[in-house]
Amino acid sequence: MKIWYKGWRPALVLILLFIVWEVSCRLFEIPKWLLPSPSQIWLEGAAGWSNYHHHLTSTIGLTILGFLIGASVGIAVAVGLHLIPKLREAIYPIIILSQNIPIIVLAPLLVIWFGFGILPKVIVITLVCFFPITVAALDGFRQTSSELMHYMKMAGATKKQIFWKLEWPYALPSIFSGLKISATYSVMGAVISEWLGAKEGIGVYMTLASSSFRTDRVFVAIFLIMILSLVFFALIVSMERMIVKWKPKGDGKRRD
Amino acid sequence: MTKLLIENISKSFGENQVLDQLSLRVEEAEFVSILGPSGSGKSTLFQLIGGLFAPDFGEIRLDGKRINGETGSISYTPQSPSLLPWRTVLGNILLGGEIVGEIDQALALKMIDKAGLKGYENAYPYELSGGMKQRVAFIRSLLSPQSLICLDEPFSALDEFTRLEMQNWLLSVWEEDKRAILLVTHNIEEALYLSDRVIVLSEKPTQVKKEFIVPFPRPRQASILLSEEFLSWKKKIYNELRVIM
Repeated sequence: MKIWYKGWRPALVLILLFIVWEVSCRLFEIPKWLLPSPSQIWLEGAAGWSNYHHHLTSTIGLTILGFLIGASVGIAVAVGLHLIPKLREAIYPIIILSQNIPIIVLAPLLVIWFGFGILPKVIVITLVCFFPITVAALDGFRQTSSELMHYMKMAGATKKQIFWKLEWPYALPSIFSGLKISATYSVMGAVISEWLGAKEGIGVYMTLASSSFRTDRVFVAIFLIMILSLVFFALIVSMERMIVKWKPKGDGKRRD
Repeated sequence: MTKLLIENISKSFGENQVLDQLSLRVEEAEFVSILGPSGSGKSTLFQLIGGLFAPDFGEIRLDGKRINGETGSISYTPQSPSLLPWRTVLGNILLGGEIVGEIDQALALKMIDKAGLKGYENAYPYELSGGMKQRVAFIRSLLSPQSLICLDEPFSALDEFTRLEMQNWLLSVWEEDKRAILLVTHNIEEALYLSDRVIVLSEKPTQVKKEFIVPFPRPRQASILLSEEFLSWKKKIYNELRVIM
C-alpha cells in the first residue's frame, strides 16, 4: 500500500504528460509516422503482442544472462582488487578508462572479432554492467568501520574471517546500490548489443520499426525497455530487502 | 599467578614516543584499572597488548608466554560497543568464540538471560538502547575464550544512571566468574569502585606514575560511593592526576 501512498505524485505527473501528449497529437493533427499519440501506441502494443513477444523473451533472456555474468565479473574484480591493494593501484585507472570507450564504436569491433553469436553481446552487457558494481563494492569494502576492524583483528580473526564476517556484509548495501544501477543498464546493454546484428530481440524489433517508419512500434519498444528496466530494478530492490535486514526500516529512526 | 606481565615496553610512532619503559602486571582474577590523562597512550597500550603492533622494546607476556605482536590473545571490548549490525544479539555474542572455532550457544543464551536481555536474542543492534548494546558487547567479551579481558573506556558513552547500573551488573557477573580484567578509564570514581588496583599513568612518553591498592571489600556495595573513605581515596588519586595535568 505504501507504494500507492508514495507513488501518486509521480503517477499524476505521468498521466498529465500523457494527456498533454494525446491532446496535442489530436489538436495539431500530427501524422502517426512523425509522432503517434499514446492511445495509438497502446493499441499497437496490445495488438502487436504476437509480433514482438518472441523479441521480448529473447531480450529478457539476454539481459538476465548478461547481467548475471556482468555482476559476477564486477563482484569478482572488486574482491580481487580489494584483497590485493597493489593490483588495485595498477588496475583501477584502467577500469575507469574502459568506461570511456564508446560502446557504439566498440560493438561493431566485437562483432568483427567474435562474430554474430552470443559472445559479443554478452561482452557488451558485461562492459556496461560490471563498472557500477565494481566501484560500489570497492567503496563498500574500503568504508568498513575501523572500530569493527580493530575488534576483529584483536580477537585474532584471520584475513579470510575478516573478509567474510566483516568486510563482505559491510559492503553488501553498497554492492546492492551497484546492482540496482547495473540492472537498469543491462537492459540498455542488451538492446544495444542486439543492434549489432541479432535474429531477434527488442533491438531488432526497434531497428525494423524505425526503418519502416512504424514510429508507433518504436515507441512500443521504448516503453518495453522502460518497463523491463523497472522490473529488473524492482527485483533487485526486493532481493535487497530480503538480504539486508539489519537496516532500520521506515523512516530510519533508531529506537535509542 | 601472574596473568599479564608487561616489562619495559617502549613504542614510538615516528618522532612521537608514546610509551617509555612501561611495566605493569595483572594477576589471575584481578581487576586492574588504568587511569591517565587523555592522550597518555592508553589506547596504544591496548593495541600493543592486543597485538595490532609490536612494541619497539620490551616484552608482553600472557600466562608466561610472549605475545609481542600476536593478535587473538585477549578479549577486547572497545569504547563503542562495536557490534556487527547484520548479526543478531546472539550472533554477535557468539562472534568471539566463532573466530577461534568454539561456539557454546547454550551458555550464550544463559548469559543473555542473566543480563536481562531475554527476548532480544534475535534482535538486531539498531533495535537496542545504548546500555543494552554495551551489555551485549560485555557478554561477547566474557564468552570469548581468551582469559584476559581488556575494556577500553566501556562506560564513557553511557549516561550516569545507565553507567552505575552497568558497573554493578559487570561486578556481579565478575564476582561469579573471576577473570583477569584490565580496564582503561578516565573516571576516578569508576576505577576505585570497580577495581582491586588502580594504575596511574604519566603524560607522554608514558610510564607508570603511581599504583594504588584499593582497600574496599568485595563484593562492593554501591553505598561505599558516598563514604568518607571513598572520597578521601578519590582525592588522593585526583591529586596524583592533577600533578600530571
